[in-house]
Amino acid sequence: MESNAAQEHGAGHKAPNYYLIWLVLAVLTLAEVGVAFVTAIPKTALAIILIAMALWKAVLVALYYMHLRFEPRRLWIITAAPLPLAVILVVIVLAEKW
Amino acid sequence: MSNAASATMETGTSGFGVYNMKLGMWIFLLSEVMFFTGLIGAYIILRFAGPDQFADPGVVLNVPLTAANTFLLICSSVTMVKAFAEIEQGNQAGLKRYLVLTAIIGMMFVGVQVYEYMQLAHEGFIPLADLYAAHGRHAAEGGAVVGGPLYASTFYTMTGFHGAHVSIGVACLWFTVFKAYRGGYTKNNYGGVEIMGLYWHFVDLVWIILFTIVYLI
Repeated sequence: MESNAAQEHGAGHKAPNYYLIWLVLAVLTLAEVGVAFVTAIPKTALAIILIAMALWKAVLVALYYMHLRFEPRRLWIITAAPLPLAVILVVIVLAEKW
Repeated sequence: MSNAASATMETGTSGFGVYNMKLGMWIFLLSEVMFFTGLIGAYIILRFAGPDQFADPGVVLNVPLTAANTFLLICSSVTMVKAFAEIEQGNQAGLKRYLVLTAIIGMMFVGVQVYEYMQLAHEGFIPLADLYAAHGRHAAEGGAVVGGPLYASTFYTMTGFHGAHVSIGVACLWFTVFKAYRGGYTKNNYGGVEIMGLYWHFVDLVWIILFTIVYLI
């Protein structure tokens, strides 16, 4: 008897190019390390650039390695639920500075 | 509870279009998102509260070593997803090969982290305030002490919790390897590999964020 995992994936999607994603992640990591030591960029701008690159990498992992891109929309809603809370927590903390 | 009911709880389809075990893992991972967000939030508060306690990237922490370690974890993510892809095709040999590779790379990550901790502690990067003043980084060479105990405390808390997650993941990976060698997964039954993969990729995802915040900013 097929398990539920097999039934879900049996419906099928084309497997992403996992090695291409790995390459993008590796290049972005290298770029991050390079950018972090560029002294010409103001610190705030540097932090924003680095966080944007990190988020880009995190989204790639979630979408393709965790297969979120191929999951039902209802699971997306659950997954997205704590993200606004996480953003609020960090933004409120950041707001303390200004 | 009857066997049928038990089977439904573990492998039945939830109302969210995915099987129960997967939904359970996702919910667990989302609670972990909040856990690590709490740590990151605390780090931001402390960093703004005592900016003199923190140092610029690369001054105290070994960025090249950790960048290499980050690369290792990224490699382990691709081997994990390949293990999943192999068993989806019913390839037992491929599943075992990639699972073992993932577990070994995971152990290497933990090993490098332990080495990094030992090196940093040797240089005086320790979370104890009194000792830090006396033996803090560069103090032994007669120079100014770089950073403060708050830096070390937040560093070890964040990376330590992550390291614990990786270590637990490695233990679970070896269990998955053991089960794979006993023929526990087939083309039609590989939920355990998928659940393991979700956890492992999440650990990678968290490190991607922590590496940027702790080491590069």
